[in-house]
Amino acid sequence: MIKNPAIRFDNVSRHFGEIKAVHQVDLEIGDGEFFSMLGPSGSGKTTCLRMIAGFDRPSEGKIFLYDRDVSNLPPYERPVNTVFQDYALFPHMTIEDNIAYGLMIKGMPKIKRMKRVDEMLNLVRLPGFGYRKPSQLSGGQRQRVALARALINQPKVLLLDEPLGALDLKLRQQMQVELKNIQREVGITFIFVTHDQEEAITMSDRIAVFSEGKIEQVGSPSDIYERPATEFVAGFVGTSNLVSGEIAKRATGSTKTFSIRPEKIHLGFAGDTPAAGMAALDGTVRDVVYLGLYTRYLVEIEGGADLVVIEQNLKTTSMDVLSAKGQKVKLSWHPDHISHLGS
Amino acid sequence: MLSKSSDTRPKASWALTLAALGTLLFLHVPMWIIFLYTLTPEEATYTFPLPGFTTKWYGVALQRPDLWRSLTLSFQVAAIATAAALILGTFAAAAVYRSNFFGRESISFLLVLPIALPGIVTGIALRTAIGGLDIPFSFWTIVIGHATFCVVVVYNNVLARFRRTSATMIEASMDLGANSFQTFRHVVLPNIATALLAGGMLAFALSFDEVIVTTFTAGQQTTLPIWIFSQLSRPRDRPVTNVVATIVILITFLPIFFAQKISAEASDTEGEMK
Amino acid sequence: MLNRVSTYFYRRPRLVLAIFLTPPILYMLVVYLGSLFSLLINGFYSIDDFTGIIVREFTLRTYAQTFNPANREIFLRTASMAAIVTVVDAMLAFPLAYYIAKFASRRLKTWLLIGVTIPLWSSYLVRVYAWKLILAKEGILSWFIDLFHLTGVLDWLLSFPAIGGSSLSLSPIGMFIVFVYIWLPYMIIPIQTALERVPASLLEASSDLGAKPFQTFRNVILPLAFPGVVAGSIFTFSLTLGDFIVPLTLGNSKFFVGQAVFSYQGTGGNIPLAAAMTMGPVLIMVVYLLIARKLGAFDAL
Repeated sequence: MIKNPAIRFDNVSRHFGEIKAVHQVDLEIGDGEFFSMLGPSGSGKTTCLRMIAGFDRPSEGKIFLYDRDVSNLPPYERPVNTVFQDYALFPHMTIEDNIAYGLMIKGMPKIKRMKRVDEMLNLVRLPGFGYRKPSQLSGGQRQRVALARALINQPKVLLLDEPLGALDLKLRQQMQVELKNIQREVGITFIFVTHDQEEAITMSDRIAVFSEGKIEQVGSPSDIYERPATEFVAGFVGTSNLVSGEIAKRATGSTKTFSIRPEKIHLGFAGDTPAAGMAALDGTVRDVVYLGLYTRYLVEIEGGADLVVIEQNLKTTSMDVLSAKGQKVKLSWHPDHISHLGS
Repeated sequence: MLSKSSDTRPKASWALTLAALGTLLFLHVPMWIIFLYTLTPEEATYTFPLPGFTTKWYGVALQRPDLWRSLTLSFQVAAIATAAALILGTFAAAAVYRSNFFGRESISFLLVLPIALPGIVTGIALRTAIGGLDIPFSFWTIVIGHATFCVVVVYNNVLARFRRTSATMIEASMDLGANSFQTFRHVVLPNIATALLAGGMLAFALSFDEVIVTTFTAGQQTTLPIWIFSQLSRPRDRPVTNVVATIVILITFLPIFFAQKISAEASDTEGEMK
Repeated sequence: MLNRVSTYFYRRPRLVLAIFLTPPILYMLVVYLGSLFSLLINGFYSIDDFTGIIVREFTLRTYAQTFNPANREIFLRTASMAAIVTVVDAMLAFPLAYYIAKFASRRLKTWLLIGVTIPLWSSYLVRVYAWKLILAKEGILSWFIDLFHLTGVLDWLLSFPAIGGSSLSLSPIGMFIVFVYIWLPYMIIPIQTALERVPASLLEASSDLGAKPFQTFRNVILPLAFPGVVAGSIFTFSLTLGDFIVPLTLGNSKFFVGQAVFSYQGTGGNIPLAAAMTMGPVLIMVVYLLIARKLGAFDAL
């Protein structure tokens, strides 16, 4: 239980006819958190966001904003603002008017709101852009205007619907850092929807992983990455090796399925004795992919399973690693680095 | 942002260019010829080359009260039919755009029917209906007839604009605190304004020079096209008819031209935003 | 206050939909479909041959009358004209549409499209009238024909009873020219739209695979543009079928469908027969639209 959560989902479902876009979701998002909703498209994360914003209403259950039931309020009566995936800037207005829109609707006098607009333009590092039109701005600049337009209303919660999706990689990484800084500066709860696991891990305080309308796991980025609770999370967030049955028993003494990240596995010679306390399996290298910074090995374990192993090329060259193909190897890892899966 | 890839286009062969130019001239030159004939001093025939040159027919036409009456009538009919089409067409476009309801496809079909079927069908159908109900043929029966085929013009223009407008813009406005009415005033209306203008101007032009349906729905009223039509079958005032035809071209040319310009520019800015 | 009204409607999207939809649908259903229905019904009435009064009793006599030899000939004449006009329009439209879609620069394209759409929306009546001037015996076309010493050829053409007449402005040839002229823009636009959708890479692929320009045209462009041609033909065919202005202005005593309808209801006062006759074009167009939909023409509209 989080004390005084900014957002609370109480058994929320959203069904479109037969399709269960969101099904019986319980969730609490803390005040001031940078919270990400991560999942593939159609997993229900965007529907959850739209229900918080008020564009959609739950078929069942309730949504609370600081203990106030907002499930049935229209969007214009919720102290929540959204940064849209396509930015949704008003093309017929200048940047200034776009940003001041919320204040204009509230009836704030022009002089006062223009002062606030200037502050916001500074915050998003676009001073002097007020008189331009959205069509004269680049994607990254439009993104910042959308952010300023939402933040100027001082919402209690800011919703971001895949806002970096349309940007190229370099700009995206830059904006990730900037967004995080702005969030620290304004101290507002950010709810960030994304399908990019790296982005979620980089930016968030906590992450909820969505699949097929349900939440698979909620936790800090390191929890999600290192202790995936389900097979889905293990597979969706990063690459993971799933080991089960007879082979699992050989390694851990139990047939229970566990997951292990490729970089946590140490690749040794077939005859090596693993260090004390390490779990180990024997196998044969079936495939080697040299990737510059690191090398990816596909190792076939006796008994059928294939494990992916990643080793950094600290001392090795491509010649060295490629010659490993076909060799017998011993795989070992620390038992703490595995995660037993619930389902 | 705006890629100018059109410069890599291949060059057309001279035969194709010539054929294209020929077709374009074929479309336009006949209309210029009417203007040429307004300047002929010859009253009874269409002799070419013109036996002389005069501008007196413009003065003669301007002093004809029957022409002024027809002109005023056509303006009034077109204005009211356009207003009705703007309301009905925008409503239909908004309904079709905002929701996916049963029978959505048939709406477009129903609206396009009056221009897809030959005008005579619409005309005689209205005549039998109005006559059958013993409603006298009047100014209003003309307007009702014109509105049926003007609606689709507005509808098409506005719907196309709605589809180009990002759907999230309305959500964004409400998200920023604007209720439905404020959203309409500050976001929807400014965005569809030029589409309304374009659709309205085309509807006006369409109504202003409509003759087929009007012949069936008018009583004793003589709209400008009806006046011209009477001159076509039984020419009495040839030079004046030339002047009237030129005036009709001029009156309809500007709205059509600007409507097309607006549509072309709208699709251009759409390209820039992407 | 407004907020509350707004919220009331916001929670009831179906009500809002109904509010938007009712006026246009009601108007079209009552005024337009109602009229079409009354047209259909009127065809089942008849006219008293002596008094000339409409007898409002169900009969198939009037519809049967539309199949008498004289009316059959009218239908045949009109449909043939519509077919020939459609084919010629397609041939004339293609080069310009092709040029606009594939060769014109962005700027030029805007202007060319305006150049095509202005005649499309311009006064149809005035455009017919223009040809009255051009085709007149003493008019501009005759003058040019005379200039090239072709008057003999023209007279020879006009001497054929099926297509000729006393002068170009009073002959089926003249009507044909005017029909082709009037409906041409309706053919250019759909073909241009269809061609616009043919990706340039397809043409490059064709020539890359060894096709000569003509072969590319024949095997790639033409089949892909065909739905556009069909879409355009809906207009050229339908509009020719129902027109009465052109036959009244330039035709002779040999009636076309629209002209027949016009005269039956007007001077003849025989509304039932006029109504029955219009069901002919309606029926033909319904069949035509069904075929066109099969051929994928609706996507090109």
